[in-house]
Order: sequence, then structure tokens, then C-alpha cells
Amino acid sequence: MRQMSDIQTDCDRRPTAWSVLSRHHLVRLLLVTTTVFILMGVLNPGRFLTWRNVTSMGFQFPELGVFALAIMLSLITGGIDLSVIGVANLAGLAAAFILVRSDGQPCPWCIPAAICAALLASVTCGLINGVLIGYLHITPILATLGTMQLFTGIAFVLTKGQAVAGYPETFQRLGNGAVFGVPLPLLIFLGCAAIVQVLLARTSLGLRLQLLGTNPVAAVYSGLRIRRLLLRTYALTGLLAGVAGLIVISRTNAAKADYGSSYLLQAVLVAILAGVDPKGGFGTVWGILLAVLALQSLSSGLNMLRFQPVIGTYINNFTKEFTWGVLLLLVMALNRRARAT
Amino acid sequence: MRKLLGQHEFYLAMILTVLVIAIGLANPAFLTRANLFDLCKSSTVMGLFALGVLIVLTSGGIDISFAAIGAFSMYVTSRLLLAVDFQGSVWVAFLLASLIGLALGLFNAVSINVLRLPTLIVTLGSASVFRGFLLAFIGTSIVNRLPAGMIAFSRRTLFEQTLATGETIGLSFSFVLYLLAIVAVAFVLRYTLLGRGIYALGGNAEAAERVGFNLRRVQFFIYGFVGLLSGVAGLVHACTMRNANPFDLVGTELSVIAAVVLGGASITGGRGTVLGAVLGVFLIVVINNSLILLGIPSYWQKVATGGVIIASVAITAIRKDGVRHAAASWR
Repeated sequence: MRQMSDIQTDCDRRPTAWSVLSRHHLVRLLLVTTTVFILMGVLNPGRFLTWRNVTSMGFQFPELGVFALAIMLSLITGGIDLSVIGVANLAGLAAAFILVRSDGQPCPWCIPAAICAALLASVTCGLINGVLIGYLHITPILATLGTMQLFTGIAFVLTKGQAVAGYPETFQRLGNGAVFGVPLPLLIFLGCAAIVQVLLARTSLGLRLQLLGTNPVAAVYSGLRIRRLLLRTYALTGLLAGVAGLIVISRTNAAKADYGSSYLLQAVLVAILAGVDPKGGFGTVWGILLAVLALQSLSSGLNMLRFQPVIGTYINNFTKEFTWGVLLLLVMALNRRARAT
Repeated sequence: MRKLLGQHEFYLAMILTVLVIAIGLANPAFLTRANLFDLCKSSTVMGLFALGVLIVLTSGGIDISFAAIGAFSMYVTSRLLLAVDFQGSVWVAFLLASLIGLALGLFNAVSINVLRLPTLIVTLGSASVFRGFLLAFIGTSIVNRLPAGMIAFSRRTLFEQTLATGETIGLSFSFVLYLLAIVAVAFVLRYTLLGRGIYALGGNAEAAERVGFNLRRVQFFIYGFVGLLSGVAGLVHACTMRNANPFDLVGTELSVIAAVVLGGASITGGRGTVLGAVLGVFLIVVINNSLILLGIPSYWQKVATGGVIIASVAITAIRKDGVRHAAASWR
């Protein structure tokens, strides 16, 4: 467990670009990301390192990135939020129900109303998690495991298992449009990342979150109002999940109760890869940015290799799952070695 | 009597009884012998998994790779036996499945010992390794023709009875395996030093080490045993379904964990009983079964299980809230 003094020196130091880069884990991570990127470029000559592929990746990874930011916040406080996917789908549905109302006619208020509904729904879900964890003292894993089932279940009941699809074109642009060639979802993700970065590095709330995760006993005795802190954390986690949900439904033009269940593992993987301490107290936005890029390059690269045999077998979605698992264990082993030395 | 009232299992049994009577009144089909046998059969696979989960939770860890281990052992065993055209006893299949499960469980134990990270995250990784390996390199097709021994096993029943309709009902023989496992786990947890070590590790790892428990050995036993039980559970599942589907089982992890928690096991370790876990599993099975019998659409299932988990852990948390100021409870 990190000591108080570590945190203080981290906070005293001004985060200049060089000091950010020179932290060991980030340098290692940069190497991993670059290696994966180059490796995939070499394995897919003329296809991976193209503008087309890079922009297509830019449309794909923002959802995962936002989920990873949410998971990181919960991990920093020493907990975990397993319900993010459920929250995202529920929030997406809240928006979808309003969006399909417009039904072809122009409806200027529909889109803002839908976005508000999604964000409101996600914050409500987050507050429920926060109450269970902060006020009722339920272990985060258990509380969010239960709410994950509950939120997904409610989404199933609302939709009877069917997709709610077909939104106005203006809304679809949110997930498919681009500004000066930069995908809009990427901009949304970068916006979220910037906000979380400012929160963690520049506000007292961020400092308190890290203190709580580093040493909860010390946090209690330094007079932090833990319940309110946890309530806010999980509300924020929920809000981020809601943003991810909006990106998902506008990109796919459909909201489903059970979309993206594999995102949970991937988001945890990104957070661990990013160097977030699963025991709480530490995590950086820079890490998340690099880790999500590494994972997306791996994923896109493997997708391109799908139609040619590699080492005697064809690559499929399960090869990806296998690779992610190996990567997760490998990175944890490397981090462990780095901590030991 | 006061001791009885203070026990979690007592309340659980009461809730279960009330629920069973209520459902029985609403739909008499629920209390027929056929349905009770069916409930026992449905709770066998989940119960076998739950016994493993109970041990892990009691030791203060959490394992979510057990379903992947079950699917892996079950599928590999079936494919292997078919490949050699095996005609012998089903016990060879069980031996093989439990050995594969044991090996995967030991892989978890090694990873946890080397990485020294939260077991949730380690097993999250190993679960996707097992499942990914199975589906990417071994196969994705469902095996519909199982070895003869496994088919014979699935047909074996106890207390057979022919109904007036000409239908024969009986208690599936796999339930005997479940009972044996219950007795074995209860014995280990209650009467052996190893079992005490598991509770001690969950209660306070440092104290357990200081009184002389070899924590590494205890952990190897725990994760190895969970793997072994999962292998057996996977094979029972294949026998019950009469096919080996590599996509099965994974996705049920959380309801098994929920059942064990419902049974009073503490997710932070040190507390949990076999009776509680068995009752918890039965409660979840009854809820799922009764929703169907009461004509409630199946998409309510998740809401029901989610609600039951939250209510149960919330009640447990509120009841022991004497330690409100212990900062550890915020972990």
C-alpha cells in the first residue's frame, strides 16, 4: 500500500509533460503500445497503417475508453463498479425511448431531452450504487454485482429483450460524425478524459479520492466525509457510463438491454494495463489513453488477420478474448516485478 | 432457541418455507414430486459450483473463473473420450474432468501467488484465458453424441415411480454426487485443520500466518479444489443436458456467487457455512422455477435475482452495523 508521503510528493510536483512521461509505468506502457501498434502494422502490411483504419479505430475505442475512465475512478477509491455496462444500456434505453417518439418528423427538443434523460438515468443508477456502498456499507463488488443484474434486468423488462432502434439522423451524427476529420466520439472521450484528469490532479475532490483509496483508516481520521465522497464517486462513475451509453446507441443506431457485455472485462483490462492500482489510491488518465490505444490496435489488428491462418488456426473473436486474458495476466506480472525491484 | 434465532441459516430456511408454501398454494404443480425432483436436479450443478465458491469466499478471495473451468473440463473431456471412442465407465470421465479442473485451478493458485493482486482481477483474466483458449483453439461446435457411459449416467435415477400418465419420474443420480460433495466440504471446513486455516485466512491473513498456517499451501488447496469441483460440475451439466456445449455455463458465475452470499457467506472472508450455501442455491433455483410456474415472463428473472441479492446483502450489512466506525468496513 502506498504511504501518505508518496501521495504528497506526487501532489507537490507540478505535472509537467516530462515528469508525466518519466514515471516508470507510463514509459513501459508507451513501449507496449508502440510495440503492439508496430507489430500489427508489420503483420498487416498496407492495411493497418492507413488513414482509413486509424479513423475507424477512432470511432471504435472511445466507448471502451469512457468505460475504462469510469472503472478507474471506482478503483481509485479502493472499490470497483461492475455495473457500468448495465448503467450504460439503461441510460441508452432512456434516450432511445424519447428518440423513437419523433418517428421521422423533425423534433428539435427530442435530442436534448434524450441526452438529458440518459444522463439523469445514469446518475440515478450511480447514486443507487453510492448509497449501497457509502451509506449501507456493502462491499463494492457485491453491491455493483447486484445492481448490474438489477439494471440489466430492468432494461430487459422495459424492452422485453428487443432492440429499440431508428433515431433521427442528427443524433446518429454524435457517434458517426466527424469534425475536421476527427471522429466526434473521440472528441467526447477526450473531453471526458480531460475532465477526469483535472478532477484528479487539480481538485481537492480528486485528492480526497486518492487518499481514501490509499488508506481508508487515515481518511476517516482526517475527517473526510466518506459517505458523501463515495456517493459522488459512484454518481460520477454512473455519469461516465451514461455518456458511453449515448455514444453506443448513436453509433449503432439501436439500444439493447444486453449490449456489450464483454466490455466489462476489457474496461477492467484497460484500467489494469493503465497502471491503476486495483487496491486503490492510484491511477492516471494518461495511462488510460495509452492502454486503450494498445488494446484497440491489438483488437483491430487481430480482426484484419481473421481470414488468413496464423500458426495453423484461424483467428476469431475468441482468440481476442484469449489474448486479452493473457495480456491482463502478463501486465500484472510485469507490474508486480517492477514493484518488487 | 436464542442461538437458533441468531443464525442467518434459520431466517433463510424460514423465507424458503414461506416461499415454497405460497408458490404451492398459487400453483399446485409446484409441490408435486416431479417438480421437487426437478428442483433437486436443477440445483445440482449450481450447488457443486457454489460449494467451491463458498470455500473461496470464506478464505477472503473471489473466483469468477469457475464457470469457465467447468465448461473447459466438460468440453475437453467429452471431445477426448469421443476421439478415442471410449465405451467404459462414466467414472473415467469424471476423473478426467476433475483432473483438468484441478490443473486449471492450480493455474489460478500459481497466478494469485505470483501476482499478489486481488483475486477478482486475477481470475477475471484467467477466466478469459480459459474460455478464449477453449473456443479459439479447441472448438466451438456442440457435441451432441456423448460417450455411452455419460448417457447411461444421465438416465440413472433413484426413487423411480411411474405416474398414472405413464411417465416415469425419479431423482437424478447426480444428486447423490452433490450430497457427497456437501458432506465432504462440510467435513473439511468443520473438522480439519485445513478448514480452520481457510476460515483463519479469510478472517485475518496476517494473524493466520503468525499462528503458523502455511497460507500458500492453504491457497493452493482452495483454488485447486475449486477447480476440481468445477470440473465435476461441468461434467454433470453435460450429462444432464446430454450434450457438451462449450458456450454453456459461462455467464452463470454471478448468480452462483449471489446464491452463496445469500447463504450468509461474507465476501470479505471469514464467514460462511455449507448449509447456508446449499439453502441459498435452493432459494435462487426456487425463485427461477417459480417465476415460470407462476406465469411471470422470464425477463423478470434478472430483476428478481438482482433485487434478492441487494436486499440480502443490505440486510446483512444493516444487521452488523455495530462496526459502523471501523474504517475497514468501507473497503
